[in-house]
Amino acid sequence: MTTMTHETQITADDKVPVIRITREFDAPPAKVFRAHADPELLAQWLGPRDLEMTVDYFDCRTGGAYRYVHRRGTEEYGFYGSFHEVRPNEVIVQTFTFEGFPDGVALERAQFDTIEDGRTRLTVTSLVGSFEERAAILASGMDHGVREGYEKLDELLRK
Amino acid sequence: MPADALSAVFAALADPIRRDIVARLTESDATVNELAKPYDVTLQAVSKHLKVLEEAGVVRRSRDAQRRPVHLEAEVFDLMTKWIERYRRRAEERYSRLDELLRSMPDDDQQQAPTTSKPRKETRP
Repeated sequence: MTTMTHETQITADDKVPVIRITREFDAPPAKVFRAHADPELLAQWLGPRDLEMTVDYFDCRTGGAYRYVHRRGTEEYGFYGSFHEVRPNEVIVQTFTFEGFPDGVALERAQFDTIEDGRTRLTVTSLVGSFEERAAILASGMDHGVREGYEKLDELLRK
Repeated sequence: MPADALSAVFAALADPIRRDIVARLTESDATVNELAKPYDVTLQAVSKHLKVLEEAGVVRRSRDAQRRPVHLEAEVFDLMTKWIERYRRRAEERYSRLDELLRSMPDDDQQQAPTTSKPRKETRP
């Protein structure tokens, strides 16, 4: 099998506060789905390498719920939500909340589509409560450079 | 404060008319009159939108007393593009790890009949 580099595409819709991610994988939907639904597998790829991911509970089925924590030293980032609709190898609809901002909740839909050669196209659509919230999400989780970004914006706005 | 400045930019862009004004300013500078034309709102309403955009640092009004064209602060948008690019790169790192994992997973998925209730896990032989 030829190994290709697939591009991750991000779209930030300008009409609704949605972030859409599209990515192709050289594996069938069943496998890509399993890597999302099995917490042991999920923990191997979801978090950044410098953070340790611990799954508190993870019941990936319609009506189920999950919680996991990313740790680095004494820093802890908890995330939780519920699985609204799960159809194996097809779709996972879940809510997603960062415990540091409990009033914020994203509604996420991950769709696993079969494309040519039995490969998978994953489309993740994340709908948040407001454009400001989306901005915070886009600007957050960027350990490197976000401060620099803020500083630059600060400078710019002082002009 | 940086976080406030950031919120101001995005609050300014939360309104559809303001986003449309910004979209049109990406093509060229324009006066308040020109900007107001396509909308069914008063000049005052458009001026108010421009004031919000100006206070957020998204646009600048020139001192040219006659026309006072509105100019887009392109740097603010470059910055936003950069944020999205960083977010994209993070997602890409995550999915490269998933690529690696998928390569190491056995090809036995087809045999596993998917259940609608609970993903079955064989923990015992």
